[in-house]
Amino acid sequence: MSLFDHSLKELQAKLHNKEITVSDLVSESYNRIGQVDGQIKSFITLNEEAARAQAKELDENLGSDSSILYGMPLGVKDNIVTKGLRTTCASQILDNFDDPLYDATVMERLNVQNTITIGKLNMDEFAMGSSTENSSYAKTRNPWNTDYVPGGSSGGSAAAVAASEVFFSLGSDTGGSIRQPAAFCGVVGLKPTYGLVSRFGLVAFASSLDQIGPITRTVEDNAHLLQSIVGLDKMDSTSANVEVPNYSEAINKDVKGLKIAVPKEYLQEGVAPEVKEAVLNALKVYENLGATWEEVSLPHSRYAVAAYYLLSSSEASANLARFDGVRYGVRSEKAENMLDMFKLSRSEGFGDEVKRRIMLGTFALSSGYYDAYYKKAQRVRTLIKEDFEKVFDKYDVIVGPTTPTPAYKIGEKIDDPLTMYADDILTSPINLAGVPAMSIPCGISSQGLPIGLQLIGKHFDELTLYRVAHAFEQATEHHKMRPELGGDR
Amino acid sequence: MSEISKEQVKHVAHLARLALTDEEVEKMTQQLGDIINYAELLNELDTDNVEPTTHVLDLKNVMRKDEPKKWIEKEDALKNAPDQKNGHFRVPSILE
Repeated sequence: MSLFDHSLKELQAKLHNKEITVSDLVSESYNRIGQVDGQIKSFITLNEEAARAQAKELDENLGSDSSILYGMPLGVKDNIVTKGLRTTCASQILDNFDDPLYDATVMERLNVQNTITIGKLNMDEFAMGSSTENSSYAKTRNPWNTDYVPGGSSGGSAAAVAASEVFFSLGSDTGGSIRQPAAFCGVVGLKPTYGLVSRFGLVAFASSLDQIGPITRTVEDNAHLLQSIVGLDKMDSTSANVEVPNYSEAINKDVKGLKIAVPKEYLQEGVAPEVKEAVLNALKVYENLGATWEEVSLPHSRYAVAAYYLLSSSEASANLARFDGVRYGVRSEKAENMLDMFKLSRSEGFGDEVKRRIMLGTFALSSGYYDAYYKKAQRVRTLIKEDFEKVFDKYDVIVGPTTPTPAYKIGEKIDDPLTMYADDILTSPINLAGVPAMSIPCGISSQGLPIGLQLIGKHFDELTLYRVAHAFEQATEHHKMRPELGGDR
Repeated sequence: MSEISKEQVKHVAHLARLALTDEEVEKMTQQLGDIINYAELLNELDTDNVEPTTHVLDLKNVMRKDEPKKWIEKEDALKNAPDQKNGHFRVPSILE
């Protein structure tokens, strides 16, 4: 058994009863990484020396602060800027970005809570992808079966938690990049409401869609991690000025009388029979707990992927203009003039998928095509957002699968961008609407791979999501399943 | 059906400051064409009377006082730069 099989509350009790030390927790992480990361490849950069020194310090000062996150080993997706710790976005263009000047706001907030950053986690380059195969460093493997993808783009963040390499992690979600890998790796992942968590220091992919969120083993621990990173930030003018509730306190409330909506579009063709069955079984669990469910329609669901790729790529083409070989990052050595320096640095530094999206976005924003593609997609975004608003007039929460299928094999979809994009059908509408959603484990496929249940809530109603997720978790055993991996556990 | 030509791809690559090889132009023409054809799906919807959503939160301009503040020291700002000289970022010649 791993120390990380315990809950936050249990680990804090063990720390304060002197059964374990913070240094033990940090050693647990690095020992496990030593055993399995050659196989799983969750990490791009480790922070071992600093982490062990910090652990020693925290052991000496134990009791000085009552944070529930005190001394907990954290993995951080490599698009979240960490002061003095290499941040690459899994891209060659940032391969030498060894000394970032500041911490992202989420890191500042977690540093105050005394979490320990174990290392930076692998991802699809600039968060563009759904399988972590687009990393320029390594292909992360699914801990449940290393022939399969862990999902993406936060594949390292989900795999590291599933493989017990860290206690918990941060990911980012633009069109499903927290929820889909959480589903594929059998862990709990939340994409918060747009604006709940500051994006300052998150390397921007699509600014109107990106959110940072927590990935954990359990719902309660997820609520604790979210609690520490939310709230208004003057460095991000899109961060929302809303009252932040106590998420973990409310999770024990029951779900009697809860009204669940199940979109028929989320169980249509394309969704694997065993995924559908797992979702229907979950709905039975909710019925037994006193909730009711009805089928509803989100009629514009089938347009979400097209609108999402046009909008996210357009925003990306603008955001990634900053990688020009001037202020940071890698510069091509071949260039003799300024224009060539831009072009060659970017062409050598970006991978195929990133180039494809920059091209698509530049095209959609270019003169003569702006109205037909970009503006059109923004209008469709309004329709998708209204679909959700109509359902939430009558229901408390929307439930469906996180992904149409469980994880697929490495290499299976990488050569066909459109097939890969189509997989975002159940997750990208949520980002377009800006509502919060989470994925929790709800079954195992015949291939032995996890299946994720997606819960979607009203704007800023993470509280209901956590309550609904926790009720399911308490009534079932899915969250207790662990992948069998090499090494002692 | 919309087609995208190789010439268009080359023009867009220039706008995006990307240098594509002939092989990449070939592949990108095919792939972008497929993606844009797929996006034509949106034209099934009549959106003449639908307002575009640029942003999900109903945010207005966020104002603050314009006060000078220390943020990053010059030497720190330069330390990740590929090339620098006399406290400036250095780049290749701009004029031909």
